[in-house]
Amino acid sequence: MANPNKKKVVLPVAPDKEAHGPVKHLYSKKIKLPYGVPGHGLTEKEREVAIDEPPPMPINEKLSVVGKRTKRADALYKVTGAAKYTADIQLPGMLYGKFLRSPHPHARIKSLDLSAAKRYPGVHAVHVLDMEPGGSVQLDGGHDASAETYNIDKLPLLRYVGQPIAAVAAESQNIADEAVKLIKIEYETLPFVLELDKARQKNAPVVFEEKIEEEISEGDVGVTAADKQQGNLRGPTTSSFLGGARGDVDKGFAEAEFILEKEFRTQVQTHCCLETHGVVADWQPDMLTVYSSTQNTAGVRDDLAELFDLPKSKVRVITEYMGGGFGSKFGAGHFGVMATILSRKTGRPVKLMLNREEEHLVAGNRPNSHQILKMGFRKDGKISAIDLTSYGTAGVALGAGVGRVAQDLYECPNFRMAQYDVFTHAGPGAAFRAPGNVQGIFALEQMIDEAAERLGMDPVKYRDIIDNHEVRKLERMKGAEAFGWKNKKPGSDPGPIKRGFGMAQGHWTRFINLNSSATVRINKDGSVAIMSSVQDIGTGTKTILAQVVAEELGLMAEDITVKIGDTLYPDGPGSGGSVTAGSITPAVRNAAYKAKMDLLGQVAGAWDVEVSDLEMKNGDVYSKSDSSKKMSFGEAVKKMRTNQIVATASRPDDYGGFEIGNGIGYGRLGSVQFAEVLVDTETGFIKVERVVAAHSCGRPLNPMQVESQINGGVIMGVGYALYEDRILDLNTGHMVNANLDQYKLPYAKEIPQIETVIIEHYGAFSSTDASGIGEPANIPTAGAIANAVYNAIGVRLYELPMTPQKVLAALGVS
Amino acid sequence: MNRFEYIKAPSIDEAIDMMDSTVPEAMVTRKDGSAKVVKAAGTDLLDLIKEGILEPGRVIDLKNIPGLDKLSYDKEKGLQFGPMVTIADLENSPEVKKHYRALYLAAAHAATPQIRNMATMGGNLMQRPRCWYFRSSAHHCRKKGGTTCFAQIGQNQFHAIFLTNVCPCVHPSSLATALVAYDGMVELTGPEGKRVIPLSEFFTPSEVDVTCENVANNQEIITNIMLPPVNEGTRAFYSKHGQRESYDWSMGDVAVVLQMDGKKCRDARIIFGAAAPIPLRREAAEAELKGKTISEKVVAKVAEKALEGATPLAHNAYKVPLFQTLLKRAVMEAVG
Ligand SMILES: Cc1cc2nc3c(=O)[nH]c(=O)nc-3n(C[C@H](O)[C@H](O)[C@H](O)COP(=O)(O)OP(=O)(O)OC[C@H]3O[C@@H](n4cnc5c(N)ncnc54)[C@H](O)[C@@H]3O)c2cc1C
Ligand code: SF4
Repeated sequence: MANPNKKKVVLPVAPDKEAHGPVKHLYSKKIKLPYGVPGHGLTEKEREVAIDEPPPMPINEKLSVVGKRTKRADALYKVTGAAKYTADIQLPGMLYGKFLRSPHPHARIKSLDLSAAKRYPGVHAVHVLDMEPGGSVQLDGGHDASAETYNIDKLPLLRYVGQPIAAVAAESQNIADEAVKLIKIEYETLPFVLELDKARQKNAPVVFEEKIEEEISEGDVGVTAADKQQGNLRGPTTSSFLGGARGDVDKGFAEAEFILEKEFRTQVQTHCCLETHGVVADWQPDMLTVYSSTQNTAGVRDDLAELFDLPKSKVRVITEYMGGGFGSKFGAGHFGVMATILSRKTGRPVKLMLNREEEHLVAGNRPNSHQILKMGFRKDGKISAIDLTSYGTAGVALGAGVGRVAQDLYECPNFRMAQYDVFTHAGPGAAFRAPGNVQGIFALEQMIDEAAERLGMDPVKYRDIIDNHEVRKLERMKGAEAFGWKNKKPGSDPGPIKRGFGMAQGHWTRFINLNSSATVRINKDGSVAIMSSVQDIGTGTKTILAQVVAEELGLMAEDITVKIGDTLYPDGPGSGGSVTAGSITPAVRNAAYKAKMDLLGQVAGAWDVEVSDLEMKNGDVYSKSDSSKKMSFGEAVKKMRTNQIVATASRPDDYGGFEIGNGIGYGRLGSVQFAEVLVDTETGFIKVERVVAAHSCGRPLNPMQVESQINGGVIMGVGYALYEDRILDLNTGHMVNANLDQYKLPYAKEIPQIETVIIEHYGAFSSTDASGIGEPANIPTAGAIANAVYNAIGVRLYELPMTPQKVLAALGVS
Repeated sequence: MNRFEYIKAPSIDEAIDMMDSTVPEAMVTRKDGSAKVVKAAGTDLLDLIKEGILEPGRVIDLKNIPGLDKLSYDKEKGLQFGPMVTIADLENSPEVKKHYRALYLAAAHAATPQIRNMATMGGNLMQRPRCWYFRSSAHHCRKKGGTTCFAQIGQNQFHAIFLTNVCPCVHPSSLATALVAYDGMVELTGPEGKRVIPLSEFFTPSEVDVTCENVANNQEIITNIMLPPVNEGTRAFYSKHGQRESYDWSMGDVAVVLQMDGKKCRDARIIFGAAAPIPLRREAAEAELKGKTISEKVVAKVAEKALEGATPLAHNAYKVPLFQTLLKRAVMEAVG
């Protein structure tokens, strides 16, 4: 039976070079696209593309809507509360669900008595889940759901506090909450292990006796082989989709002028989605409709169709507004499956939203890490060898690698890595905003900083020597300028409060999801609509889609209606891996272009001119050769022979093809961040005063939204660097800070002044040439802050979060 | 959240009649859901109910009782305020700001602006500790009538460094730190009438009774909080240190109230918050300061004295240097 969480893969690709070759076009054409960075040697690149591709989109300066600061399409609805999130959905006759969850980190269920819960007034159904390893859900495996019986011997072992056991559906949330407490259950508790280091020891309690067959990549590194599992240790992973070991590492170290070897540790961070995970499932004879707080409507549909053996056409998943996912909201999830089961049992819609505590325990987290990084440096600063070993725990799940940054950020001929997953009795990890790479950068960028110091070089200039990425070089230059890097004098303050400056950089693979389709409709009344199952997870997808279509049709963004987040529409990509903008906007533009050509064809017929002579701009349709032939868009659509023009298009391959498989584009998205901090050497308190973040995301479609994403990434990075930490009680296995009071997110006073530098970079990759920004924005922040802290106090912190406790300890004060 | 009866008390006498339990008692010996407890703004009470660790049978709201939200200042009598005065009221009172600087600073740095607008001072003194085991329904710890202190053997980074033997939770009120430093008094009204006691005796350490934090009885309501007048030579300061600056509990806070004769310190109150299960007076440090002219050197000695006898737990040794620094800075600020 399928396992929905298994598909929680964030990246659009587990690149399969065999799957498809490059697409051949029956009719193609050559077009010249902008290439490079305006003001910095912008040129043109010729690409051979399919004949029906739209003409090259000029650089932003020459456009009217795309590239302009544009207000969010749904801003008003959000700030007035009119926007309906999954949590706001109310359906007639709706029931409310509540889970019974494991109170023990490791236990066997000895007996289970549902009778009192079932009898409780207002309860309509109780269901016991069959779980499988990895915290994921199997539907009805081993027992007959409709008969509401279960086989006690087949009930799963409980492996973490919060593991779902059963759930009730009742007429109100209050009734459900009370009823679930009436489920009587006896446990046989078993020894458990929570800590990364202890779980690796020989006689540690074992989380999974059986081999975990899953081979997943949470987007961090490659796929860990299932056969390499010993005790709680699984791995090592020695390669990613960017390749494996290269060169001769030992020789590289032998050639080094000096070698640095350091250990770094990072903590578990939880996603803290403002809207918790959850669904409203409505099982009807002709259609299963599920309102879901998800990053991937199409993915949830596919999971549910498979699990409940329904045709995809009979499953509809809707996500109109979404309150944050950060990688954790893929797949139907155990709550989605449970709500669907309960709805099927009761014939009523069932709402099942996690509460804040459950959100921390079971909805995913960024695994912790223990990284041992060894690097050799030549006299000239070039890196001669990198050897990385890492351990991390995603609890009962996989995917605790530390990413591809050591492998790929800097030039280095000799490289090897061994990344291990370690199972513990804790809630499952999930992809989290640049999975792995955020952990990896904290280590790598501190090492580079140390090397620069050893070499007596400025950290910015040093990176110019070892980093051959052209765009990132520009980011360093412009970022340093905005930051005033040259004039910064570190740590020289006489008092106990020291000021420091640091920088770090990162990169992110340019992922494309080819399952990105959209329809554009032009109606005879002049209204225009876009439709796709792609969801706006808060990043502003609706707005950029409206901008792209408006640009194509010569209209304004607010003239376009955007209907997305519904699987009745053509499939859009899941919003993860920073793929959305780069994947769906070319599809949308191409659909708009097709619709436009259809419309212009009809106008050209009426005017008796060539289609190629017609242009749509500023709300008008006109002939370029005959200025007397001009009318408004509103008049032009009246010439339509049908009430609607409908055009659908899908994301073609990148112009010029992919670097790997069917979705890994050429070029990496670079990012560079600079941080200024104050460190109180007597209290250990760190304050991040200012961050300058220099980024590129291809063509910035809406600079205002790019800034928003960067701001969010930096803020999340500040939280990761200084405050956030999932704290487990080692004696009971409970998370002691599973709330937003003692789990510390950065709030108003913790947020530094953030300045953004956006490099407008054209790679001639698609009809919009846009790329993502969500993840790149989060990668370098903690590294930059760590380097700034070192710069301030002259002592390096190798462990996150950098709390007052750790600062004082590092300074030898406590 | 359990179902309970909700009543608005029209007067203090009636409220006393309607109630029959303190919250601590309701959580330990009256868990049958019959306890009748009072509520002010509910910022703490409702949290306890929602967390499932308090299940009262009746909640008696004090907010309709007239006259409990008055604040007055008199040069001779000092400051006096009712239990329904909010933290924001203190923060916004020109008299408090002018004469009771440490209290003003404590008010201005507590919680968040939104909570300060709601949270009352009666409730603030009566609020329950924030120990994460205490707040978790999964941990039946000593304070809730159990036998184990999970913090002593577990995650205790934010716990006490003094009086750690029985229950090393820290007192959650950072306002109390300042109030105790001003030799504040509290008036309790019960069926037998009123009693007035110094706040330093109001708060009780866990050794006395681990299940509660103060001497209030089952049918007692705080009806007034009084601070003696300050004089020309009074110098005070308060500072609170949290992991974050916004919306955070204290990792350590310090209030100092000094009576100065010119440059010489005639008398001193030094109180530590978040150091012990009660706002903790540091008498040895006060004695060290008395009669001295304040200098960096003197203050360093005072800080050392103040931390004598600290018994930090496995994860909170950092609090020792933290308190030393906070105290040194607070004294210098007070006179500076
Ligand atoms: C996020 C957050 C941050 C906070 N940060 C701080 C901080 O930094 N410093 C700080 O000091 N506090 C802080 N607090 C605590 C807050 O100040 C208290 O919760 C508040 O003052 C309680 O007042 P209330 O009116 O809401 O009391 P309620 O919640 O209504 O009652 C609290 C308790 O007092 C009892 N009670 C109320 N009034 C009386 C009375 N007149 N007589 C007898 N018993 C009474 C109730 O029975 C109950 O046991 C914070 C709270 C939150 C939620
Ligand atoms: S410190 Fe006190 S409140 Fe916390 S677990 Fe121990 S006994 Fe309970």
